[in-house]
Order: sequence, then structure tokens, then C-alpha cells
Amino acid sequence: MAEPLLAVRSLTKSYDGWSKALDGVSMEVARGEFVSIIGSSGAGKSTLLRCANRLVDPTQGTVAFDGCDVTRVKGRELRQVRRCISMIFQHYNLVYRATSIENVLQGRLGYKSTVAGALGLFSEEEKRRAFEVLDQVGLADFAYTRTDQLSGGQKQRVGIARALVQDPLLMLADEPIASLDPKSSRTVMEQLRWAADELGIACLVNLHQVDFALEFSDRIVALKKGRLVFDGLPSQLDETAIADIYETDEDDGEEAADNAPDAARVVEEAA
Amino acid sequence: MERTLQPSGLVAGLRAGKDRRHGQYDPSFFARRTASLVAVALVAVALGALSGTYVGFDFVQAILDVPSGFAWMAVQFAPSLPSFGKLGTILPALGSTILASIASSCTAAVLAYIVAVLGSRTVGVGGPVPLIARGIASLFRNIPVVAWAFILLFSFKQSEFTGFFALFLTSFGYLTRCFLESIDEMGSGPVEALRAAGATYGQIVAQAVIPMSITSVVSWVLYMIETNIRDATLIGLLTGTGIGFVFDVYYKSFRYDVAGLVILAIILAVVACELTSNFVRRRIL
Repeated sequence: MAEPLLAVRSLTKSYDGWSKALDGVSMEVARGEFVSIIGSSGAGKSTLLRCANRLVDPTQGTVAFDGCDVTRVKGRELRQVRRCISMIFQHYNLVYRATSIENVLQGRLGYKSTVAGALGLFSEEEKRRAFEVLDQVGLADFAYTRTDQLSGGQKQRVGIARALVQDPLLMLADEPIASLDPKSSRTVMEQLRWAADELGIACLVNLHQVDFALEFSDRIVALKKGRLVFDGLPSQLDETAIADIYETDEDDGEEAADNAPDAARVVEEAA
Repeated sequence: MERTLQPSGLVAGLRAGKDRRHGQYDPSFFARRTASLVAVALVAVALGALSGTYVGFDFVQAILDVPSGFAWMAVQFAPSLPSFGKLGTILPALGSTILASIASSCTAAVLAYIVAVLGSRTVGVGGPVPLIARGIASLFRNIPVVAWAFILLFSFKQSEFTGFFALFLTSFGYLTRCFLESIDEMGSGPVEALRAAGATYGQIVAQAVIPMSITSVVSWVLYMIETNIRDATLIGLLTGTGIGFVFDVYYKSFRYDVAGLVILAIILAVVACELTSNFVRRRIL
């Protein structure tokens, strides 16, 4: 097998110097592979994603992307790495005063000079491509609509279009369906799966919905309190494994009580 | 059944909040809330009465005196027919005052925006810059515009520039503060998204920060222009320029009717400016 696209090696991140958000996590993502990360809130899922494109600087360990050590690059090189890794967010993170197509074009900024990018001088080809990608996610009718007038599902699809127009090798999705209704959630997940299958873009997706993770992923990774506790095929993730991932300690007090029914529900859904 | 005696009263009520058990109906909750509101109102009235007594402000006497005072003003300052002949000197002065206000607001806005972006907590350059930006804003904003005018009079004498500069400095401080708030309030989501896409700092500012903050920026600048037109009148008194100087001249030569006309002209200008800015605000939001 060829070298993995993304290789995370004993990654540790501490925000405050003593508690660890990530604790010695090692994992890989192959080209075109769809990997889901599950785990309860605060398990370090977002931190792991953000270490991959250096929105967060890891404390220890390395992240290799396409043969390049992401943890060491700076300035221009960091931009070049970032433009090959696109990102989708739970809250879409669109500029709501701008239209869909303008938001999509912002995915091209990593390829532009500062001046051309700042002034929004995109080539005719880039503009056509942005429209095509919007058409691919089913938003051709809304290309010239301001994004604050779109529904949540449509906003997230603009987010996907912005990620695709980057021509990435890897797409990071930070809880892409956490704020969406079930139908929009399915559309968004299907489009991410489609990007992996048809365009060969590897996807690393944070999910709260175990049922979606089981349905769409090639591989599932689970984090618990910053540690990797599961890494395997969806078929290997049985009820006891899920219960273990979402199980919380007694000494966590109220939070444990809040999470317990959640974990039980997740197991039911997965069963 | 177990019953505990609860001490009553405001302080006891506040203290009871701490050791109240969770998940139980609290019959005294709304009563305590009402009690604290009444207490705050009483303190406010008491403070007003106390400070009023201290400076010798007689509320009843004031109510009796104010109408006659206004009547005197209305008679003295009513613009007479001959006073309209002075419009030739009033209007150019008013025009230059308005232009100075607009110029100082806009110049201040450009500089304030740069400082605010660099000093903001979400998109700023970090390090000591946010602190410095807030310090500068606070310094310029908290020195009153009149004080600035007095200080600048020494360096720049009585000229249009002194007034412009005084207005510029306070506007700069005030706008920097407002822009900082607007930028920090707008949320860092799109900034994060563009950073993740490999955009440079300049691109992020131009493509995300400016589009997201532009409405509140325009709104603040329009407000600043209004405020500056009012303040420019006062500054004109000190620097001997603009509409303030015209007012001063006629006021001191007992031509109250012309002075009244000047005030009328200023009021009309400010109202017109306010209407325009309201219209612009409605259109851009």
C-alpha cells in the first residue's frame, strides 16, 4: 500500500499546560478514504481536525500530509499545505453579506496573490468553475443569492462547494450536520461520500451521529478524553464498543449524568 | 415533614440563594426579585434627592422658573426679518463647518479602522497590539473635544485646522473603540474558514472582515458626522472659525435675533444630516 495521505503520529495538544485535549493520538487517512471520528463532546475531535491544517498548533507529535511535515511549515509553505486541505464547519462560517458564488470563490484565495485575492480579481475560468461546483451540489438556482437567505442545509452545501473548489486532497469536516435536520443531514453526508468516491478526495469527518458514521464511513476512529480508543471498520464497532466510547466516569458528576442517556440512545440507534 | 425557618428580608434572601437546594419550587423567588427592584429604585431616588440638595437644586423652583426662561428666550432669539439679510455670512460658515466635520470623521474613520483591525482580539496581530490600540482609543476618547481644542490652540493658533484636528482626535478615539467592538462582535467563523483555505492576512481582512463589519462601520461614521457637526459649533467658538464664530460675534454684540437664526440654521443642518444618515442606514442594512 502507498504511503497514507495524512499520518498523525503520537499527537498531543494541551491548551493550558496541564490538561491534555489530545493525548498521544496516532492515526492515518489513505487517499480517497472516508474516515469518521466519533466521541462525546470535549473528547478532542475538533482539536484533532484543527491540528491537521494547523488552525491549532500541536504541543507534541507530528502530522504528515502528503509527505510534508505540517507541524514544521511556516508562511508560504503553510498556505500551500492549507490550500490542499479544505474544511467544512458546523456553523458554515460563510460571509453572510456575500452571495453563494462569492463565498465559493473564497475557496480559491490560497491560489491567489495577496493583492489579487484581496481585490477579488478571480479569473473567468475560476468563476465558471465556482458556478459548476455550485451546480454539482444542487445550488445553481441560488448562485447569486445572498447566503443569509439560504436554509441551513443550503448554507452547508455552499460550504461544501467552497471546499471542493479548492481542489483539495483532503476534506476536514467539523460536525458538518450537527445543526441540520435529518433530511439535510443525509444530503450533506451523501455529497461528502460522493466527493470521496467520485473525486477521490479523502474525508475526515467529526460526527456526533453514530448511525450516520456507521452508514457512510470506510473506517471509524473514536476518541475518548483525548485518547484514541477505537480504530477499525464500521462492522467492527459493536454495541459494547460504542457504550465504552460514550461511557463516562462517576466522578465527572453532573456531566456524566447528562451524557449517560445520550450514550444509551446512541446504542439503540446503532443497533 | 421537615421545616426550616427561613430568615426574611433582602440580604437574607440573597444569602438564601446559595444554600437553596436544586430542583425544588422556590415560593419566594419572585417576591425577592420584586424586593430587589424596589430597593434599586429607592436608592436611585435617594441619590438624586441627596445630590440635588447638596448643589442647592430646588425642584419646585425649577419647575416655576423654566417656563418664563423659555418665554424670554423665545422673544429674544426669534429671528427677525432683517436678520435674514445676514444669511450671506451664516450659510458659508455653516457649510465650512459641515465640511470640516465630514472631513474629520472620514479621515478618523480610515485610521481608526486600520488600528481596530490590527488591535482586535479575533483578527488582530496579537501580542501587545490589542492593549496598545485600546489604550490609544481610550486616551483620545476620554479627553473632551474642548480640552483638545484648548491644547491645540497653543500649537496651531486660531485656524480651521485646529478645529479639524481637535475633532479628528476625539473621533479617532471614539471610532477606534466602536470598530473594535464591531469587529470582535462579528464572530471569527469566516476568518477561520479563510485561514483554513490558505488565505493571507490581507485577503482575510479584505474578503471577510470588511464585508462583515462594513454596515456597522458606515453606521458609526454617519453618527460621528452628526456628533461632529454639533461639536464643531462649540469648537468654532474657541478657534474663531466656522459657524461657532459667527454665533459668537452676533451673540456678543447683542444681536440675539441673528444669533437665534444661526442656532436655527445649525438645528436644521443637524436634522437634515440625521435624516440623510437614517435613510442611508436603512438602505445598507
